[in-house]
Amino acid sequence: MTDALIIDYDAGNLRSVQRACAEVGLTADISADPDAVRRARRVIFPGVGAAGSAMKSLIRVGMDQALKEAIASGTPVLGICLGLQISFDHSEEGDTPTLGLLPGRVRRFRFDDPQLKIPHMGWNEVRRVKPHPVLAGLSPGDEFYFVHGYYPEPAEPELIYAVTDYEIEFACAVGRRNYFATQFHPEKSGRVGLRLLKAFAGWDGTC
Amino acid sequence: MLSKRLVACLDVRDGKLAKSVKFVDTKDIGDPVEKAREYYLDGLDELVFYDITASSDKRNIMLHVVEAVAEQVFIPLSVGGGIRSVADATDLRLAGAEKINVNSAAVQRPALIAECAEAVGAQNIVLSMDIRSVAADARCPSGYEIVINGGRTPMGMDALAWALEGERLGAGELVVNSIDADGTRAGYELTLTRMIAEAVRIPVIASGGAGRPEHLQAVLTEGRADAALVASMVHYGDYTCSGLKRYLHDHGVKMRMSW
Repeated sequence: MTDALIIDYDAGNLRSVQRACAEVGLTADISADPDAVRRARRVIFPGVGAAGSAMKSLIRVGMDQALKEAIASGTPVLGICLGLQISFDHSEEGDTPTLGLLPGRVRRFRFDDPQLKIPHMGWNEVRRVKPHPVLAGLSPGDEFYFVHGYYPEPAEPELIYAVTDYEIEFACAVGRRNYFATQFHPEKSGRVGLRLLKAFAGWDGTC
Repeated sequence: MLSKRLVACLDVRDGKLAKSVKFVDTKDIGDPVEKAREYYLDGLDELVFYDITASSDKRNIMLHVVEAVAEQVFIPLSVGGGIRSVADATDLRLAGAEKINVNSAAVQRPALIAECAEAVGAQNIVLSMDIRSVAADARCPSGYEIVINGGRTPMGMDALAWALEGERLGAGELVVNSIDADGTRAGYELTLTRMIAEAVRIPVIASGGAGRPEHLQAVLTEGRADAALVASMVHYGDYTCSGLKRYLHDHGVKMRMSW
């Protein structure tokens, strides 16, 4: 049995996540099989693209239920980017009801200043607001790679572990119990990102 | 606050690193995988591979290069050169490219931008534009014209209008490459870069003409670019990625300084 399972639901290129996991010694399979998610030791829930089509793909194969069961059974789960966004109750993107793993909404960046580019694309500082085992390797000033036009607005402040500034301050790392998720891409964030993946590889799901 | 990005471009021909001067006479200067790894470890923010392989039967060499780089470089990897179809784009994505650069083929058939954006996500489609300065006229009111085929074929198309059209069709980012400045090491084309960066809401990567650190500083401030692309400055060892970033940081440009 491999160490981790990367959920494949037609939402982006998963091999970059798999390669980064391999770099930190985490053997990860890519699978679209809900039963494999139920059996997995740990799960990575990535994704790029639109919330609406991602939800449709998940529901079509029953992956939404499998993911909920894995989380309920205590499996450590890491959401990345769109994976984080569709973990909340609702996304403004296409007015889409989403998984409801965490309470809150996802909103679109809206700026009056035309010089502020959308999507928020590039490297930005991640500031930890409270400790979490997955963020143990983070140092002040560390930057991660972001690409997103929407941002999460958790309903409960205790879900927020790290924040980033892009005109507004938004939650870029959220979690509850054995579920943790980042808006940024650890797999594209150099050695700082690899450290985060290594911490996830050793996380037992408690915090 | 979002950092400005240092982007290094590696021109690859038949699987080997090449650097062109004014788009003519390329010469081989080393192994792209080795260079990519070196720059990644030295703090580079993003890598661009441009495939300048002339013969189509050697094209799949590029897929192997991209795969080898993606195995050991964990920053965004962008690939361009000769992309004509969604199949070309998805092959490169599977090999490990994060972003796909389209250029000449999109000028000839603009729907390619929308098709690729649909297939691999708009944020992963980069419209790369080769631009030269011309006398402003009815066809090119901005005074800048799009050229294709590595700078050899003027299209009589306005560069600013094409940038806006590319954004409308779904490009997630633009590369503004000045043919006039390319290879001169005399500085980026600031007027052109600023004109386009102020007109669009998507990020702009400035390209062509970098020779000294102050050129990067100028294009990232005065030129309003989100990222500065370098090639010969770092390829020949005159400057390092970390050295350039340190210079920019010391001169007030927000850069990622820990890696």
